Amino acid sequence: MKILVAIKRVQDYNIKVRPKSDGSDVDLEGVKMGVNPFDENAIEEAIRLKEEGFASEIVGVSIGSSLSQDVLRQSLAMGVDRAILVEAEEVLQPLAVAKVLKKVVEKEKPDLILLGKLALDSDAGQTGQMLAGLLNCSQATFASSIEIKDGEVFITREVDGGTESIVTKTPTVLTADLRLNEPRFVKLPNLMMARKKPIETIKVDDLGVDVSSRLNTISVSEPPPRKEGIKVKDVKELLQKLNDIEGLKI
Amino acid sequence: MNAVGSAQIWNGSIDILIVGEGIDGAAIHASKLDGVDKILKFDAPHLNHPLAEDVANIIFKIGREYSVIIAPHTWFSRNILPRAAALLDVSMISDVLEINEDNIYIRSTYAGNVHAKLKSGDPIQILTVHSSKFKAVGLNGNAKIIDSTAPEALNLTRWEKEKKIDSVRPPLINAKVVISGGRSLGSAEKFNEVLSPLADKLEAAIGATRAAVDAGYAPNEIQVGQTGVVVAPDLYIAIGVSGANQHIYGMKDSRVVVAINNDPDATIFKFADYGLVADLFEAVPEMATLVSKT
Repeated sequence: MKILVAIKRVQDYNIKVRPKSDGSDVDLEGVKMGVNPFDENAIEEAIRLKEEGFASEIVGVSIGSSLSQDVLRQSLAMGVDRAILVEAEEVLQPLAVAKVLKKVVEKEKPDLILLGKLALDSDAGQTGQMLAGLLNCSQATFASSIEIKDGEVFITREVDGGTESIVTKTPTVLTADLRLNEPRFVKLPNLMMARKKPIETIKVDDLGVDVSSRLNTISVSEPPPRKEGIKVKDVKELLQKLNDIEGLKI
Repeated sequence: MNAVGSAQIWNGSIDILIVGEGIDGAAIHASKLDGVDKILKFDAPHLNHPLAEDVANIIFKIGREYSVIIAPHTWFSRNILPRAAALLDVSMISDVLEINEDNIYIRSTYAGNVHAKLKSGDPIQILTVHSSKFKAVGLNGNAKIIDSTAPEALNLTRWEKEKKIDSVRPPLINAKVVISGGRSLGSAEKFNEVLSPLADKLEAAIGATRAAVDAGYAPNEIQVGQTGVVVAPDLYIAIGVSGANQHIYGMKDSRVVVAINNDPDATIFKFADYGLVADLFEAVPEMATLVSKT
């Protein structure tokens, strides 16, 4: 079984990103970047499936500027076998990303395609589902457990108010939830070794897909501030205040 | 109901798509929603537990007859709608907070720290909406129910079983009151011991911060935040919560926010309507006792 993992370079989850003063875009200058946390779960799961003998090869893919090499190196250090960088100067929207990934899937022919369930920057949570649609293949999103039995993929996934278990046929697109696993820490020797693993670079223009933006960002701004609250002195005052609020029954 | 409310912004006729098996009751209920023209009912055995592949296929088949396709931002729609959008070759806008004229939307990005205003140039607008930001419609309508024949099952995926969260408390996602605990609770035992009595009295759902979940005090199912569940109850009570970005994202749309923390400089107070600087191990039990008297 061959696995393709899609990896996005995003801001660190502890960082509060702000808009630029002219509101044209967000200000990412000097912001610490790394592997999207959900993609880290996807990478970890791929490596575990290989360690358990289900997968023979793991290919990592990222789309972005040459800076995205660092997240691919990180994945190689974790245990991915080789990586592909699809170089694109513009930030691609989910539909365009899905179209690019479809090209990579057609070339690599993986049985499992693993992605994070959403990216911390755009917060869209669409790419995996879009890719599965374009490939006309099965999908299992928000996966909290993935097991392989007799060539079928058993997934436990999040639904409203609980979880469900489904079985998908390969090729299949799976998106990882944080609870899927605990990603491993990368040891320094592995990081050194990862330098020797290959990263193939493809120019997005050479793939012949329409990656134009369908959504045009007019402006970005800080969310409107919440009305300033007050401090109460004790529990009694707190309950009194709450009881005074119309429509709030406590 | 809120999604129908958001759809009214376009002033067009509104149909509702409903899929499942044995869904007459649900269809009749939907037909009462104000301002709805038709209920398109796809009732078939293979839709008993509707799979993304099959539902997206239905939307793909009927989608070109519509200029706007809207769903609430639930796990169900988040699974299906992007797939349908890709099949229709249009982009999708997730978790829309505000809809303006000319297909201009506001949605939050970067863990809720940035609001983006964007315009879609696609022939079909496909979006999920943040339900609490839109007004629900009433139940005085009389839409026509149309029985439609579902396309054959794609059989790419097999449904096995489901597990609904077994709890005496209301589900987090639609609870009127949510009480969340942070790492300051100190242990799984204390987490339960301190929060449960108050949750019982207020008939509240219990949530937890990622830090509390990571520390093993609470199961991940009840994590509130960008990496967990996003809630917007009438009353949100944050107990021993510091106010990390990713947690704020999961609760900032709550109507009234109360924070109890012994650190007067905790970030959570900036997002609270009522802040109480106190030892939570004293204040919360006191609150639980006093609430019963009101």
